[in-house]
Amino acid sequence: MREFARQHPVWSGIAIVVALFVIWAIFAPWPEGFEAIFGRKRVFLNAVFSGITLGALYFLVASGFTLIFGLMHNVNLAHGSLYLLGGYLGYEFAEWTGYWLLSFVLVFVVVGCVGMAMQVLVFRRLEGQELRQTLVTIGISVVAADLMLWAWGGSSYQVMSPDWLRGPMELPLIAGYGRDGELVYLRYPKVRIAILFAAIVIGIGIWMALNRTRIGMIIRAGVDDRDILGAMGIPISRVFLGVFAFGAGLAGIAGVVGGTFQSIAPGEDTRFLMASLVVVIVGGMGSLQGAAIGAVLIGLAEQLGSVYMPTYAVVLTFLIMAAVLAFRPQGLMGRRG
Amino acid sequence: MTLKKALVATAILAVGGLVGQVAAADEDPIRIGVLVTQEGTFANAGSDGLRGFELALREAGMEAGGRSIEWVLGPTNGTPDSALRAARQLVDSDDVDLIIGPLSGSEGIAMRDYAHTVPEITIINGVSSAMETTFVDPAENFFRFNIQGAQAGYGLGSYVVNERGWTRVATVAADYSFGYTNFLGFAADFCAAGGEIVERFWVPLGSSDFGAVIAALPYDVDAIYLGIGGTDAINFLNQYEQAGAETNLIGSSIIADQSVLTARGTARDALIGTPAAGWQAADSDLPEWQAFVAAYQAGWPEDERFPSPSLYATLYYNATVAALTALDEVGGDLSDGHTEFRAALSALEMDSPIGHISLDENRQAVGSVFISEVVENADGTGLTTQLVSRTDGVNATFGLPTDQFMSMVGLPSRDTPDCDALRDAAN
Repeated sequence: MREFARQHPVWSGIAIVVALFVIWAIFAPWPEGFEAIFGRKRVFLNAVFSGITLGALYFLVASGFTLIFGLMHNVNLAHGSLYLLGGYLGYEFAEWTGYWLLSFVLVFVVVGCVGMAMQVLVFRRLEGQELRQTLVTIGISVVAADLMLWAWGGSSYQVMSPDWLRGPMELPLIAGYGRDGELVYLRYPKVRIAILFAAIVIGIGIWMALNRTRIGMIIRAGVDDRDILGAMGIPISRVFLGVFAFGAGLAGIAGVVGGTFQSIAPGEDTRFLMASLVVVIVGGMGSLQGAAIGAVLIGLAEQLGSVYMPTYAVVLTFLIMAAVLAFRPQGLMGRRG
Repeated sequence: MTLKKALVATAILAVGGLVGQVAAADEDPIRIGVLVTQEGTFANAGSDGLRGFELALREAGMEAGGRSIEWVLGPTNGTPDSALRAARQLVDSDDVDLIIGPLSGSEGIAMRDYAHTVPEITIINGVSSAMETTFVDPAENFFRFNIQGAQAGYGLGSYVVNERGWTRVATVAADYSFGYTNFLGFAADFCAAGGEIVERFWVPLGSSDFGAVIAALPYDVDAIYLGIGGTDAINFLNQYEQAGAETNLIGSSIIADQSVLTARGTARDALIGTPAAGWQAADSDLPEWQAFVAAYQAGWPEDERFPSPSLYATLYYNATVAALTALDEVGGDLSDGHTEFRAALSALEMDSPIGHISLDENRQAVGSVFISEVVENADGTGLTTQLVSRTDGVNATFGLPTDQFMSMVGLPSRDTPDCDALRDAAN
């Protein structure tokens, strides 16, 4: 950071000004002339928050994807199917047990096991044959999509959030002035705040686990050079299995989250596979911080785009991806290699 | 020698086959392809549409005009290209004589264009209700026995202005042909009655995250017009509740329907008291409706259907009944490029479960519009609708001459109708 500031003083200055402006725009009430140009502040704040929550959901899906790729160089194109499966199972579990939170645990375990099965039955057999792995996972995703269509039909499901997460809550952020000139604070759905909070906790948890524990050290070492790691007597296949299960479980949990604040239906699998591909391409393949930054960027682009330029909102995402590929092909946080 | 034998045998077989075919021409089953959504926003809706289709066939004993009927399913996902693919499959490889469907607005426009390319096939619309389908460049072989979206939304605007006193509204509607059409029906009437549309929001069909749109809805309006249906509507209503629903709602023709009202969860709480206009009313007192509901309820066990037929079931039922009635009239004669069959269809008038239906010169239905209000049902377990009023004989241009309709209202799009101009013209 400091080195960057020393090398590019002008860019750093611009970045600081932009950051200050964004902070001001989020916290201060907007003057009238400003609202005339940019619309109501409430709309802007809501779009920003929705963007970050959507980013949180993307992060949950993409972090598993990027971990698996980073460690094993497996491009798992059936990752979206794991998301969809998680959503359907979460719906079933929540209906059956009546406990929303419990469904997360169950889904994590079940989808994690599915991930392990994939690792053992598919990826281990095709060790090092990346093209074949890619093709096989495309096949798996097609078959899985059809099986799920058969089991759950074409209609969409919604996982019910518990009563204590229903309705909006008031955030200490000024949304604007009311009719009598009093300050109006931002009201935002509780369930989305909870999802955002959970994603941040999970993100920090993974980061801590990767950077502060022995397992994390092994995984990071594996990302850099798995052959040497294996040669040093680390049971690398078990590490692979664990990471794969964890990544799959995260995708499953993301399915429950997506089913709660959006809905679960056929086609969501490819949508989220696309989203996580874009996120990891923008963020950098194999980098957790990259996945977080990419997810928030894409989420913000989608939501701000749908408010301020509805017709081109879809293009915006891919413009960001194209720009990243053109100027920083390894991704924002990726390493050249 | 063997070659000769084989040739002779082949010739005999061929002649025999040919004669057999000629003799059996009248006894061949009539093949009907049914285009219906089985995926996406209107998946559940499509399944109920299929029930309506099957009900009509069962009532006719699987035959019409003395010929038995076979049917083939053409599943779509609500997009025009999926409908086109399914229709081509039905015509090219399943060899159908007529198609009943499609369900979604833009599919209908695609089918009209497709109809121009297959003059030997007759298409009878299922539910799709975009205005252009029969209003712009109509096809000779495309018939629509349901009123389209603009007709189905008509009368609601003046009702909310005069009876509810709601004059300032914001609108959220689906960004495709049916969304525009249905909105046009509401808005043309609403603006002429003195209403004002503060802001229009258009959301893509199949949207699942409405957070940003809900946030952008203005506070200082009397009501929000909600022009979306299927699972989009359920998603919107859930998120609207989560964000602390505060404003009155005005329903499109596909929202105050069993396919949305029966959804689980908090979505429906926001809907109580919502007025809507559409093709049918659950508590209509027409004897044909009562009989239809009874047949529908007797036709499927309770957990395999809606409590009462959705509009999709009703409209597919009507389309199928129209086809079968016309086939009966011509004795199943589909020769000469369906000439007689089409003449019978054009002249057909039916007293359907949802009122009297006849066709105009574009083969577009003229029929009844129902205004209802969403209420809790008797035992408080769900929602149903309560009839407010019924208007009969509504045509595609609301009774205006076509050129006057085009200059005052215009074809459905994001920007039509011009609300201020309509309001000023009415004053």
